[in-house]
Amino acid sequence: MRELSLHILDVAENGIDAGARLITISILEEKKRNVLTVTITDDGSGIEKEVLEKVTDPFYTTRLTRRVGLGLSLFRETSRRCDGTFSITSREGEGTRVVATFRLDHIDLPPLGNMAGCVIALIAGHPEVDLAYIHRADNEEFYFDTREIKKELDDVAINEPKVLKYLEEVIKNEEKRFKTRG
Amino acid sequence: MGKLTIDDLKKIKERVKKDTALREGGSTVKVTVHMGTCGIAAGAREVMDALLDEMNETDRQDIRIVVSGCMGMCSSEPNVTVEMQGKDPVIYQHMDANKMRQVFKRHILLGEVQTDFALARMKEEQNEQE
Repeated sequence: MRELSLHILDVAENGIDAGARLITISILEEKKRNVLTVTITDDGSGIEKEVLEKVTDPFYTTRLTRRVGLGLSLFRETSRRCDGTFSITSREGEGTRVVATFRLDHIDLPPLGNMAGCVIALIAGHPEVDLAYIHRADNEEFYFDTREIKKELDDVAINEPKVLKYLEEVIKNEEKRFKTRG
Repeated sequence: MGKLTIDDLKKIKERVKKDTALREGGSTVKVTVHMGTCGIAAGAREVMDALLDEMNETDRQDIRIVVSGCMGMCSSEPNVTVEMQGKDPVIYQHMDANKMRQVFKRHILLGEVQTDFALARMKEEQNEQE
């Protein structure tokens, strides 16, 4: 994957496949510690213990259950390549959390990429699922929550093209503040 | 919530409400973007971006966008399926933003199937038997 945001989109789609009602994406850039932490949490069906041990094995596929796939092993490899750590915790019936860390100044660290596109693709495809997105750096913070937006929109659907266009521009604009890397 | 303002959101809400008041019935076109790991890696998100852009430009209210997972044909991703009411579904392969725009303008809006990009036509088998 060329961008971290594509890994994030992929993992979030896994959660939605597992029946999640809420996906939380958090990006934390800590310059002092030189660490980038990406956390994706869902409240989907969770992963069984036996399966959980195998999900990052690229030769293991759950095509039958469609809960995870090659995506997680690719994400883990990217994190490993950047001196990071990778963990998946899950409880059946409660949800799953994926945490990947990266060395912020590692030469192999892919750009975060188009997070606005990632968030909008998720909303467009799954308007019924709620999404919270938090992006934090040393001096900046951006918080986006579809639950708050839906409240304001009343009976207008969040996946109306005009609404999506507006939200995409807002997120794109906000993301410009985070320019820690080239 | 940053520069997202409730006023702007309300303005958009009113505009959308006015538009949708003219809407009749449900959707007649379903466009599915396949976004499994394979699709995403091959560029499905850019395809989705282009599709949403085109949706924003049109007044048509009967087009529905759906996201689905991998359909087992990873080597031909990004795949997009167009289903029009009363017509056979068409699966497009190796899509990109430009191809998506063309499929939207020609097939979805005008009904001309873009056979150059198609993976398969569902009726092919029957024709061969004739």
